[in-house]
Amino acid sequence: MINRLVIENLKHRRLRTMLSALSIGFQVTMILAVVGLSRGMLQDSQNRARGAGADIFVKPPAASAISLGGANMPEKMIEAFFIRQPRVVRAAGTLVQPIGGISTVTGVQFDDFAAMSGIRFLEGGRFKDKFDVVIDEYYAEQNMKEVGHTVRFLNTDWRVTGIIEAGKLARIIAPLATLQEITSNTGKISQVLLKLDDSKATPAVITALKNTPGLEGYSIYSVEEFVSMFSIDNVPGLKAFIYVIIGLSIVIGFLVVWLTMYTTVLERTREIGILKALGASPADIVNILLRETLVLALVGWAAGIGLSYAANAAINTLVKASLQSVIVYDWWPIVAAIAIFASLLGATWPGLRAARQDAIEALAYE
Amino acid sequence: MNNPIIEISGLEKIYRVGDVEVPALRGVDLTVGRGEFLSVVGPSGSGKSTLFHIVGGLTSPSSGAVIVDGRDMANLTDIERTRLRRGKVGFIFQKYNLLPTLTAMDNILMARHFSGANGQPLSEQFNDLLKLLGIQHRLHHKPRALSGGEQQRVAIARALVNHPAILLADEPTGNLDTQNSDRVLSILRDLNQRLGQTILMITHNPEAAAYGHRTVTMRDGRLREE
Ligand SMILES: Nc1ncnc2c1ncn2[C@@H]1O[C@H](COP(=O)(O)OP(=O)(O)O)[C@@H](O)[C@H]1O
Ligand SMILES: [Mg+2]
Repeated sequence: MINRLVIENLKHRRLRTMLSALSIGFQVTMILAVVGLSRGMLQDSQNRARGAGADIFVKPPAASAISLGGANMPEKMIEAFFIRQPRVVRAAGTLVQPIGGISTVTGVQFDDFAAMSGIRFLEGGRFKDKFDVVIDEYYAEQNMKEVGHTVRFLNTDWRVTGIIEAGKLARIIAPLATLQEITSNTGKISQVLLKLDDSKATPAVITALKNTPGLEGYSIYSVEEFVSMFSIDNVPGLKAFIYVIIGLSIVIGFLVVWLTMYTTVLERTREIGILKALGASPADIVNILLRETLVLALVGWAAGIGLSYAANAAINTLVKASLQSVIVYDWWPIVAAIAIFASLLGATWPGLRAARQDAIEALAYE
Repeated sequence: MNNPIIEISGLEKIYRVGDVEVPALRGVDLTVGRGEFLSVVGPSGSGKSTLFHIVGGLTSPSSGAVIVDGRDMANLTDIERTRLRRGKVGFIFQKYNLLPTLTAMDNILMARHFSGANGQPLSEQFNDLLKLLGIQHRLHHKPRALSGGEQQRVAIARALVNHPAILLADEPTGNLDTQNSDRVLSILRDLNQRLGQTILMITHNPEAAAYGHRTVTMRDGRLREE
């Protein structure tokens, strides 16, 4: 019976119900989008790291696993040392250079890298001249680039010679020597990728490398260790940012529901008086308002999930080279709890006010 | 009077509006017998509604004794007054006061819900009452689809669904035309005569008051017997 009253009341104020639920929905979407983006971008980085085809990643001292740039390792270590190690069949050095925002260009010796990662061209082919680049399909699509077009970064025009399948470490690949030259990193690389004759030998090779004099302080990861570091915890500030978004959305949800319920209570002074005359206790009145709020929160939650699918689809089709987003199912219960918490909090004060309201004041004055 | 259902003595009620004290009842004594149909008349603002609100447990008196069906209303907590209201009192108002978002039937069931008799089928007696009220075929309409007379008859059904000891009707015909007034008043008289329902009715209209067994007049917060 109470549920029928709750539903009828919400239906009666259809527009306000929908707007409030939608506000809660945006609050839910905001959280889902931020978490979905964080996770989508990290997963994309992981996939690309796996796509490099390496078994072991070696980074120089003081470099973070997921840092965007830096080049502190001498390139000649590859020839002089890494390629000579037992079980190592290929070694490729890369120089990673940020080119604005979170985008990077990766410099490679094309043959070494192609052999390791098994690059597949969708169009065109490898670079030949100094200022040639190869881009991946996502970058090409988002920026509408084709073979023969020019792309500009690092104050330089580059000619696109090929478009490769996505998921091979980098979105933009340039000749290592050119990149070293224009970034004043001649002879230096950011990391070395090693391919073994058998992946099963990875732990043994890592142990051997770690015990090599001169490699103290170097970070040596198996590919799985390497990708496991692409996590929300390891991106500086990301967790705090997510908490800020959650906090903001709680505040917004709280205010929206407070306003809605407060207006509702003022408007329904008479109805509350009638209910009391029919024998409703203050607790019954609070119960009715909290149930209305709960319905708002749950409808808003469902709407928010729907909106997050829309946001996801938009991100993954319109800007898929720079942003990636995934649906974060495990966060659905969390955002439900957040939406319910914020809404019930917002309904508390109006609810108590309604419960205390004098029934006869509502009934006596026409 | 034999076995009275309401016994009021020395009842006073003072409303506080900010710093101002508004005395609404200044010492009311009244005894109502079981099965009686009492009319209360008197000018506006004389305290009639306040008296009903106290008897019905919607508000507490400032001083004096009010015993309804054996229970003293004077020193009850809010919760106890709510509980008493659920079982013993049915209200009818001038403005019908149906819940606008619910159908007539749901309005009736809502009153039943708060009495705790949720889910139990309506009694044979109550179905007879719906026939007497002539609203069986209108029960699935919302209040705004009903005429004033129909709304008031639904309100009567809602007030009686829990078989209250007393029915308090505050100007039940105040918004109705003559024909609908007559109908509501004869229904009240029928209820009283056939079922022995105790009724207290406030009215401005002497003809309406004549439906009761006895009329008392309220003036400036005091009662006088006619
Ligand atoms: N809730 C209230 N707060 C303050 N004053 C009230 C309230 N209800 C009634 N009064 C005052 O008490 C007096 C009696 O009112 P009421 O019982 O409604 O009279 P009646 O029903 O005879 O018109 C009036 O002066 C009215 O203004
Ligand atoms: Mg009145």
